[in-house]
Amino acid sequence: MTKRTPLYAKHIELGATMMPFGGWDMPLRYSSERAEHMAVRTAMGLFDVSHMGEIMLEGADACALADRLVTNDVQQCRAGQALYACMLNEQGGIVDDLVAYKISPDSVMLCVNASNIDKDYAWVCRVADAEFRGEAVRVANMSDRYAQVALQGPRAPALAERLFGSPIAALGRYYFTTCALPFAGSPAGIVARTGYTGEDGFEIFCAPENAVALWDLLLKEGSADGLVPCGLSARDTLRLEAGMCLYGNDIDDTTSPLEAGLGWTIRFDKPHGFVGMEALQKQKAEGIKRKLVGLELLERGIARHGYAVTAPSGEPIGAVSSGTFAPYLEKPIAMAYVDLPHNQIGSEVRVTVRDRPLAARVVKLPFYKRK
Amino acid sequence: MPSKVIPGLKYTKEHEWARIEGEHATIGITDHAQAQLGDVVYVEIPGAGGELTQNKTFGVVESVKAVSDLFAPLSGTVVEANERPVNTPELLNQDPYGNAWLIKIKIKNTSEVGELLDASAYESYLAEISK
Repeated sequence: MTKRTPLYAKHIELGATMMPFGGWDMPLRYSSERAEHMAVRTAMGLFDVSHMGEIMLEGADACALADRLVTNDVQQCRAGQALYACMLNEQGGIVDDLVAYKISPDSVMLCVNASNIDKDYAWVCRVADAEFRGEAVRVANMSDRYAQVALQGPRAPALAERLFGSPIAALGRYYFTTCALPFAGSPAGIVARTGYTGEDGFEIFCAPENAVALWDLLLKEGSADGLVPCGLSARDTLRLEAGMCLYGNDIDDTTSPLEAGLGWTIRFDKPHGFVGMEALQKQKAEGIKRKLVGLELLERGIARHGYAVTAPSGEPIGAVSSGTFAPYLEKPIAMAYVDLPHNQIGSEVRVTVRDRPLAARVVKLPFYKRK
Repeated sequence: MPSKVIPGLKYTKEHEWARIEGEHATIGITDHAQAQLGDVVYVEIPGAGGELTQNKTFGVVESVKAVSDLFAPLSGTVVEANERPVNTPELLNQDPYGNAWLIKIKIKNTSEVGELLDASAYESYLAEISK
């Protein structure tokens, strides 16, 4: 049975085409997904991301547990700082990619992918039980206690300033704060300067019972400046243009962050290491055999997940992990794993689309970077 | 909002339409089809001389999210392929029954026309699948 977010009725009211995603009934698009995509690049868009999961780590060992779980360094973050990281299994494969919010030295919230909530919670509990048995950290799956919306686009900071005030609008990238939401009752919320679109913007967490009021307020106050509701289709094309990975497509528990171009999230110097570190060190020593790259198709056609990638000779060298026709860039783009040395920028490859090899070229990621 | 169904055209359950003109038929996708697809970004259709077999795929329409096969309503030979939706895929969303017709064929077997749905049968079918 698919689950519904607190904003389900809003999506129906707005005429959204709904689709199941990760066990949730989510809006795919409201009108034209291209228009929604362009709104985020040129004005602003509003996304319901309440399906995402939240796992709380609380207690004196909250940061210590977080640091064992993920590749990046939570301990050295300031309170109020968020961190993108990978959570690995012992083989160095990616259990999930996530954002860790260091609320305080005793409190870390992991925001995880909707499709992985149960898997991630079981994994976190397993590591906590094995390594912090009975000690000073409690793990809780708080996913049902949070709704979340994402306000993304170049005009988002101005709207945030108007509604939330200057301190919020002045939040640095990947910083967050708790605040009183600006409507009746002033309920608590968390505003983070994070996002999954390649634009500036905010992700706002609140209690489920406040989600509708928050959504309505943002749309009411933002419409005059071009704010539109945006669905999962636009979310996918935006993140792909921005070169961001989608779990299940580009990364999964068989892919290593070293292969996926996520080496920048790895801190090998953490004093107590992290689960999967030894496996990554072994991979580094032996040499990575394949890498996730960006591709631009040079002929008419669209590359999709699973399509074969070959060298011009016809030799199989990999497969597409994500692909689409980029609405803002107006060209077919893809991410694909290719065997070394074909991962070099500028390499000529072929993508097999319905039995035809189409010419493509390896390009630098991200495809799109905001000014 | 119910999708547009043009009287006088023939339809299939795969959401293609055919305008029968003597020995020829003009073929396209219905308003329901383009609404389901979302923004069309790529169209692949056979050129003149291409052969269609009823109910078999003859091309592809791609939206942002997915690849959709085009199923031949009738068997025949392509006499003309329409460049306009190929060059401007969004035309399929804007004008699926008009400027974004896909191909014109010479019908191989006119008895196949009897197997197609008329406008009211297609409307009933749409109502049935929307429940």
